[in-house]
Amino acid sequence: MNRQTSLGLVAAAALAAALSGCGKGDEKLDQTGASPNLPKIDETLVPPMKIAKPAGWNGELPTVPAGFTITPVATDLKIPRQILILPNGDILVAEGSGGHAPKLRPKDVIAGYIKSLGKSPVKGGDRITLLRDTNGDGKPELRTSFIEDLDAPYGLALVGNNLYVANQGALLRFAYTPGATRIAGKGEEVTKLPAAINHHWTKSLAASADGTKLYVGIGSNSNIGERGMNVEEDRAVVWEVDAATGASRIFVSGIRNPTALAFEPSSNILWAVVNERDELGAELVPDYLTSVREGAFYGWPYSYWGRHPDPRVHPQKPELVKTAVTPDYALGSHVAPLGLSFATEGGLPGYETGAFVGEHGSWNRQTLAGYKVSFVPFANGRPAGKPKDFVTGFIKDGKARGRPVGVTWDPTRGALWIADDLSNTVWRVTGPRALAMRSPVSPAAGQK
Amino acid sequence: MATAPSPRIDPAYRRHAPHPLHTILLAFPVALFSSALLSDITYLNSGEMQWSNFSAWLITGGLIFGAPILLWSAIALFRGRKRPTWTPALAYFLLILVMWIAGLINAFKHSQDAWSSVGTTGVTLSVLSTLAAIAAAWLLHAVKEHRA
Repeated sequence: MNRQTSLGLVAAAALAAALSGCGKGDEKLDQTGASPNLPKIDETLVPPMKIAKPAGWNGELPTVPAGFTITPVATDLKIPRQILILPNGDILVAEGSGGHAPKLRPKDVIAGYIKSLGKSPVKGGDRITLLRDTNGDGKPELRTSFIEDLDAPYGLALVGNNLYVANQGALLRFAYTPGATRIAGKGEEVTKLPAAINHHWTKSLAASADGTKLYVGIGSNSNIGERGMNVEEDRAVVWEVDAATGASRIFVSGIRNPTALAFEPSSNILWAVVNERDELGAELVPDYLTSVREGAFYGWPYSYWGRHPDPRVHPQKPELVKTAVTPDYALGSHVAPLGLSFATEGGLPGYETGAFVGEHGSWNRQTLAGYKVSFVPFANGRPAGKPKDFVTGFIKDGKARGRPVGVTWDPTRGALWIADDLSNTVWRVTGPRALAMRSPVSPAAGQK
Repeated sequence: MATAPSPRIDPAYRRHAPHPLHTILLAFPVALFSSALLSDITYLNSGEMQWSNFSAWLITGGLIFGAPILLWSAIALFRGRKRPTWTPALAYFLLILVMWIAGLINAFKHSQDAWSSVGTTGVTLSVLSTLAAIAAAWLLHAVKEHRA
């Protein structure tokens, strides 16, 4: 018996080694900035999966820089994702959860279950909630269901009195009356958006300064094309939509999952945060922040970080890879940036000029990454320097108390708003200077 | 205990005919792993992901039906450790073990994305599982004793 017992043990040990090896993630490896370290591809038989299980805040708060204040302004939301501040100071929160990707493989069933352990069990609200906090005490006097019966709303933009809402399958326009606390009706469909499967369902949105063009970020329908490339038409792109006609065209392509779009205020150039591919190792591939240059191809799925080919994609397209553009700024591997907002009008002390980035946090590495709001300093319209942590403490004792999604800079109040889709909270961060330093907000402001 | 070839097998070397349930269970890995091999080859020839998805489910099925066989053959091996039929029982167990372990590794391999879900490693493991399953079935169903 000894012979085959030891044989079995050897086999089991070898298997365990093959399965558990690697995937830890080197915390010292610097993968931020314009030229991140890119280690060798480390494909493991089983991708490292580490999900931070949810835990409550129990009265505690995320960590902010000394002198700053963070306040939970609204709780018990239904999967808050993105936030828009209206001219009168009202706060709109898009709530929802989309996607209807069929489970094609046993893996989809198993990995889907594991990932669900790190998410809120609440069903997405499919609505926009309005919060009104006129006196700025962080306790809204009014909270209403602003628009209901939406379909996984995510991107929000206001142009004049037109409120644009990007559902997971359509871009809608609603007539907004300043001071309104509710909009009835289904809205007007500007254009349908690519919605088949919706593996990456979030449709991010930004409007050009003159309001004639709308930019919609549309994520890929797979990690790297494993659902077949025929479901990737009009995916992993940013669309430019003509607001008047609804006509759309591909503005940039090969941009795997552009989850938030924003215009850099000094240059008025469009920037995006992008979620890159998984299962090439704990330190591949860095998610990034990049300017969105018309006509650019960012490599997906054929290559990453410019021209590094992904061997998993067949047939490979070396000619196309030669045209791939390198992103501007790496944020780190697997940090999952889902929010982007530029500081304006002086920002906050120490965070005057630059971009706030909401990092939802990793699943594809053993050492958790992300789970914070960081700040990328800018100078002359370009990133200048290393990212700084802005809000942390979402992880405690290996458990996640919150996961940041959308971040929105509010110049009127001098505050950063953060949507947290795990604790279903909207947070407000204010600086050391009193709120009274800023001009007061009244619900009637913005009325013309 | 070596015996010369004989028209009749020494009663001590007679192996029990397999239990009907065992033969039914084994039919599944034989069919499923060999089908997975064919769909792997089709994937590598076509690049059409659905063939790789088929393989992933076929291999999973092979593992589900293979698990009770693995357990069954291990118990039979242990219980028959003193009998002269131990050697063929060991060979059978090892074949099932190879089939199942290769299948398990291959199930993980098929969970990788796109080309990595099969590639050279995946199809090689499919060949291994298929050959081991067929050899095990052959051994199980081989004539137990010569007829008079």
